[in-house]
Amino acid sequence: MAAVGKDGRIIPWALVTPALAFTLVFFVLPFVAMVAVSLTTVQGGGPTFDGYAQFFQNPSYRQALVNSLQVTAIVTAVSILLAYPFAWILAEMVPPQWQRLALMLAVLPFWTSYVVRSYSWLLVLSQNGVVNQALTGSGLLAEPLPMANTRFATVTGFVHFFVMLLTLTIFANLKQLSPSYRKAAADLGAGPIRTFLYVILPLTLPGIMVGAFLTFVLAIGDYITPQILGGNNELLMPQLIMMQIGRRGDFPLASSLAIILMVVVTIAYLACARWLKIERA
Amino acid sequence: MKTLVKTHARMLAAAAGVLSLVAAGNATAQELNALIWCDHADPALLQPFEEANSVKVNVKEFEGTGAGLAIVEQSQPGDWDVMVIDSVDIPRGVEKGLFEPLPEDKLPFPDLFPEVKLDNYTVVDGKRYGVTEKFGYNTIGYNNTKVDPADMQSMAALTGDKYKGRLAIYDYYLPVIGMAALAAGKKTSELTEADLPAIRDVLMKMKANAKLVGEVVASQTALATGEVDILVGGGEWVTAGLAKENPALDFSIPQEGAVLWSQSLAMFKDSKNKDLALKFIQYIMSPEGQARLATSSCYWGMPASTKAALTDDQKKVLRFDEQPGFLARAQPYPAPDADLDKKMQDLWTEMLQAQ
Repeated sequence: MAAVGKDGRIIPWALVTPALAFTLVFFVLPFVAMVAVSLTTVQGGGPTFDGYAQFFQNPSYRQALVNSLQVTAIVTAVSILLAYPFAWILAEMVPPQWQRLALMLAVLPFWTSYVVRSYSWLLVLSQNGVVNQALTGSGLLAEPLPMANTRFATVTGFVHFFVMLLTLTIFANLKQLSPSYRKAAADLGAGPIRTFLYVILPLTLPGIMVGAFLTFVLAIGDYITPQILGGNNELLMPQLIMMQIGRRGDFPLASSLAIILMVVVTIAYLACARWLKIERA
Repeated sequence: MKTLVKTHARMLAAAAGVLSLVAAGNATAQELNALIWCDHADPALLQPFEEANSVKVNVKEFEGTGAGLAIVEQSQPGDWDVMVIDSVDIPRGVEKGLFEPLPEDKLPFPDLFPEVKLDNYTVVDGKRYGVTEKFGYNTIGYNNTKVDPADMQSMAALTGDKYKGRLAIYDYYLPVIGMAALAAGKKTSELTEADLPAIRDVLMKMKANAKLVGEVVASQTALATGEVDILVGGGEWVTAGLAKENPALDFSIPQEGAVLWSQSLAMFKDSKNKDLALKFIQYIMSPEGQARLATSSCYWGMPASTKAALTDDQKKVLRFDEQPGFLARAQPYPAPDADLDKKMQDLWTEMLQAQ
């Protein structure tokens, strides 16, 4: 007990010090450096808000943020719609002794390389890919559908990944629900649909929102999926950021754009945290 | 006792093994650190040099001069010995004080195609800082069974309606903007901001016809798999490496011309292994090194040396004998100043966002 001070706070501080140090070194300091770089120009000098001004003055740059928000919103919504019934089936219809195996199979695609998975989707969705061959071969379509190198392909690649993530968070939430809720609802005369809509769904919203927030954060900052599957037919923010670095090495503008993206993610977090109080979930 | 003896024998054998590994390690202790493009990572290129000189070549790949220079800036002086760089960007490295002048008398400059020596970029203040090692063309790559090869003799095919939805555009703004400039009747070496509106018109028409705008792998894959039939900005670097599997892939130098790309080798001023770095550059510029680099597994390209030890088949695929005619019609890679470069990239961004 010698490590405990008069106020009894030494041990708690000692325990959190490694985490604080890690956060300081690997988040706070790089973030401060990025802010500092964002206030310079590629020619040197500063401080200046030139990078931020360029974003607001250039319609193509602003469009990248709009595209990112649209794609992320679609991915999050579609992933939730697919993941919820999947998690429900796993939690309610699969016998408990098989649930672990079923979950493992559900997250199996996590085990493959992200890049390989994206290129695989490109081949699947291409003009001569398995989907188009099946559609044209069966006579359903006369001409192949343009699916690869589109926003649809980007969304598909994202959804494939994030359905797994959301399934895990929603499944965990469903398993925590006591069967008493359903029994009580039934006792009070609610049918299965009313029970789901007014009891189960609200109680699983924290799980949905945690998964949705993770989906939003990971998708809006992802470079690989839109770069491989989108065919550069529109630019998202991570692609715009990378573009500044490739040949010109414009780290100040890239940093400004990254800070803007980070502000958007922070706003999303604050909205989620305040609305759904996920910090208490 | 037998067990003990066996154990000792095993330990001695293990110790001997470790010693031999250490000795072997010492024998190849000298290392060369190279910042490279993917074509230099081919073991078929590096191994002969490593074995002949008992050295280890450590490579780090990068894409884009900006990314390469950023790696150098984040490294300690002396960390890197040689660098592969766009020939037009050598002055950027010289301006930053990174490169060491190369001894012209120790490199085979007389063997190079005269048009790719590019002294206006590789020589700064009378000193040569880079040697062109490989070149090619950003032009029209196509599948000759899917398009009319006669159409590929004019860039008008890229902006007309005939091949709508059958184009891919190589995702690098400088060469494709150079091609758009050629299509608009402008010289790539004389581009100014005033030329951008005309270039914009051509780019937007190309984009309207394009299925995708892809980097090297994506655009190559699209052409090879039949997703598209024409690659704007393609050339031998796309078609030659796939010639065996897909002989229908070809490229043309249209009547408007093509953009000449070239990559150079430079030595770092702070290199701690300048002798070894020079040996490496000499190896790459040797007939054998040139042939291996030209046919690298990552991408093929024309060797800068006329004496590259290529086989007849390889020369045929690279259209080696047609080079004098091609070079006469090719125009230099755009080399804008920083302001124009920024405006060109913004124009490219606008083109990518156009729906």
